[in-house]
Amino acid sequence: MSELVDQTVGVDAGPGQEVLVEVQNLKKHYGGEGFFAAPPVKAVDGVSFDIRKGETLGLVGESGCGKSTLGRLLVQIEAATDGTISFDGTDITTLTGDELTEWRPNAQIVFQDPESSLNDRMTVGSIIREPLDVHGWKTAPDRRERVMDLLQEVGLQEEHYYRYPHQFSGGQRQRIGIARALALEPDFVVLDEPVSALDASVQARILNLLEDLQDEFDLTYLFIAHDLSVVRHICDRVAVMYLGKIMELGETEELYTNPANPYTYSLLSAIPEPDPTADRQRITLSGTPPSPRDPPKGCQFTTRCPAKIRPDGFPTVSNETWEALERFREAVRERSRHGFTGRERLRRRIGMFSKFDDVDEAVSDLFDDLDAPASVTEPVEEAAALVKEGYPGDARELLSEEFDSICDEERPELQVVGDGDRLSYCHRHSGGYAPVDEVIESRS
Amino acid sequence: MSSQAGMTAERERDEPILSVDNLRTVFHTKRGTIRAVDDVSFDVMPGETVGIVGESGSGKSVTARSIMGLIESPGEVLEGSSITFQGRELTDLSDEEYRQVRGSGIGMIFQDPQTSLNPVFTVGNQIKEALRVNQDLTGEAATQEAIDLLEAVSIPDASRRLKEYPHEFSGGMRQRAVIAMMLACDPELLICDEPTTALDVTIQAQIIDLLKDLQEERGLSLLFITHDMGVIAQIADRVNVMYAGEIVEKAGVEPLFANPKHPYTQGLLGAIPGQHVDQDRLETIEGEVATPMEPATSCRFAPRCPKAFEDCDHVHPALVDPTEGAEADHQAACLLYPSEMSEDEAVEYHRSLRSDGREDAEALDGGDAE
Repeated sequence: MSELVDQTVGVDAGPGQEVLVEVQNLKKHYGGEGFFAAPPVKAVDGVSFDIRKGETLGLVGESGCGKSTLGRLLVQIEAATDGTISFDGTDITTLTGDELTEWRPNAQIVFQDPESSLNDRMTVGSIIREPLDVHGWKTAPDRRERVMDLLQEVGLQEEHYYRYPHQFSGGQRQRIGIARALALEPDFVVLDEPVSALDASVQARILNLLEDLQDEFDLTYLFIAHDLSVVRHICDRVAVMYLGKIMELGETEELYTNPANPYTYSLLSAIPEPDPTADRQRITLSGTPPSPRDPPKGCQFTTRCPAKIRPDGFPTVSNETWEALERFREAVRERSRHGFTGRERLRRRIGMFSKFDDVDEAVSDLFDDLDAPASVTEPVEEAAALVKEGYPGDARELLSEEFDSICDEERPELQVVGDGDRLSYCHRHSGGYAPVDEVIESRS
Repeated sequence: MSSQAGMTAERERDEPILSVDNLRTVFHTKRGTIRAVDDVSFDVMPGETVGIVGESGSGKSVTARSIMGLIESPGEVLEGSSITFQGRELTDLSDEEYRQVRGSGIGMIFQDPQTSLNPVFTVGNQIKEALRVNQDLTGEAATQEAIDLLEAVSIPDASRRLKEYPHEFSGGMRQRAVIAMMLACDPELLICDEPTTALDVTIQAQIIDLLKDLQEERGLSLLFITHDMGVIAQIADRVNVMYAGEIVEKAGVEPLFANPKHPYTQGLLGAIPGQHVDQDRLETIEGEVATPMEPATSCRFAPRCPKAFEDCDHVHPALVDPTEGAEADHQAACLLYPSEMSEDEAVEYHRSLRSDGREDAEALDGGDAE
């Protein structure tokens, strides 16, 4: 991993490409402490990337992929489980107490929901002034003046100082949040879905404001969003996250026009384009992201991947059958998380377990219309029988042994693809596999 | 949507399944009467998808709720409004009769599936209840039908899912379960109020595909409400653009996106980010959506409109064909049109169109204004 990171730094370090934030192997796990605890939720599971001075780095992904957690780690409102965040040369994960307080003005955050991130009992002036008060910035009259300036910077009026947040519309409230974040003159601002809650016309104005402020104050942004079109407009580079991992990272326009990773590919093709005549091949991902408590052993995206590498030895199996198999495995996996009661264990021992008899329904729903070969149906039936007897865990292992490919077994590496500074996390980029776009094309 | 011509032919043959005419829904508040929906008219043909787009406060959700008969005090659907479903007038129905229509005629999916599901019953229970009430199915037959419905909305391992509670479902799966519940009522028309807004893009794509498939299989008509122009482009055959309680433009989906006429629609399309690669700044619409309190005597968009001229503050524009012989039923409520006329002629034309309607409107308002 470290070698790969060095590579990126090597590629990046051109003139004006100074790195402001360097993240290495950053992890954030929730829970999982103690002997009997359920496995931890790996919200951020080992990510490494750089944020360059003056750029806007986009961070996109579906809900639950860990993008907000990552943003919160970068401003240290959450403590990392492992890894380092080097901010202008200082590792901020090791800071504590006064050192941390002293560092905080450098990095600020704007939250998604302008309805809940402002205290309704404080005036707008005191909300924006609060960070200045906390850090003892100059004298009281200076602070007041600073707040007045900030109000103007973000397009509000001085008389708004004495009003309360509820007197403002969503867009104006988000401006208040931005003013508060800028109060201490940070170098780096995390924007956590700053426009998601706003209407299109208001959204456009906030985006324009953010760009103006960036130019004026030389800000570096991490822009977190699930809306890919917003990211395309505002970001210089984009990182795509899935289940705690960065799947792809690259220059925005290149990444949008020529995605390397299968996940980016599918995510982009799912954006509804505002053009009814667009006759684009859409890949609709089936299934839902797996539980972050029980992620796949191999690539995080393997259970839904449209370009998954298939195991050898099944030359005649159709795409539909592979898809059905993947869904069946998902069903078995979910059943294997079932916690058995003592009574159920007893029934299972004497062969009277019947709770999972309905698995047959799932098998027939998935496989009945397909003409699947025996090499597929036999293991499936065997697995279904195990599930019915009350051993879904064994069924899961059986299916694993039969149908696992490299994608299920091994974590890929984030590696350089193409000749730019694009990184992608996929097995297909090495080891002589067919390229991603060809595979997706041929399977859809 | 590809067969614009075919559809028009079909439309001439068929009666609309839903016809909304002159719908006015108001909310009486201490500070005055809010005219949330103000003279809205549109039709939905059998098997087609009609979209309503607009920003928050445009009245699109209130329109949906008015059709479903869900407007309660202090809200009121004013006299003179007409909603006909399969030839039957809905505005005069009693509560009991309306319940019948909601059960088997019109279904509705809301933005947040959590609110449509009862957290203390299993999903199976709730679907089976809908089956019992609407189709008199009970016991084993109901269970089997419920499994089939969940499979129809592509929920894997349906029989196990039936025994689970809503909180055990992911957001996208909950929305599917709600759709399955609606299908249990076997509706003719499905009103979807921002059904994908709370979902991730990949899940949103799944739900849109699902709705399209169901529409094809079951011949459903859809009324699809959203603020997202991208989603509308994907799913709708015809679109109504709403602003401050009024429809300001209506057109087939292709002409609307290819050639938007109303400055508001143009603004909405221009404000979508990420469309123009080398564009530095996004186009914006200045100002905020006004809350309509008075009967309209001017264009409600005029204060924010980049093309507004003096008459916009005095004349209430009517829906007119923007150009002669334009695409069938492309209409915009703007004084700039019809474009063949000079500005003065056009203003006069709108004034004459409105003067007939105005008297009715004032007659109606007489009662509740004071």
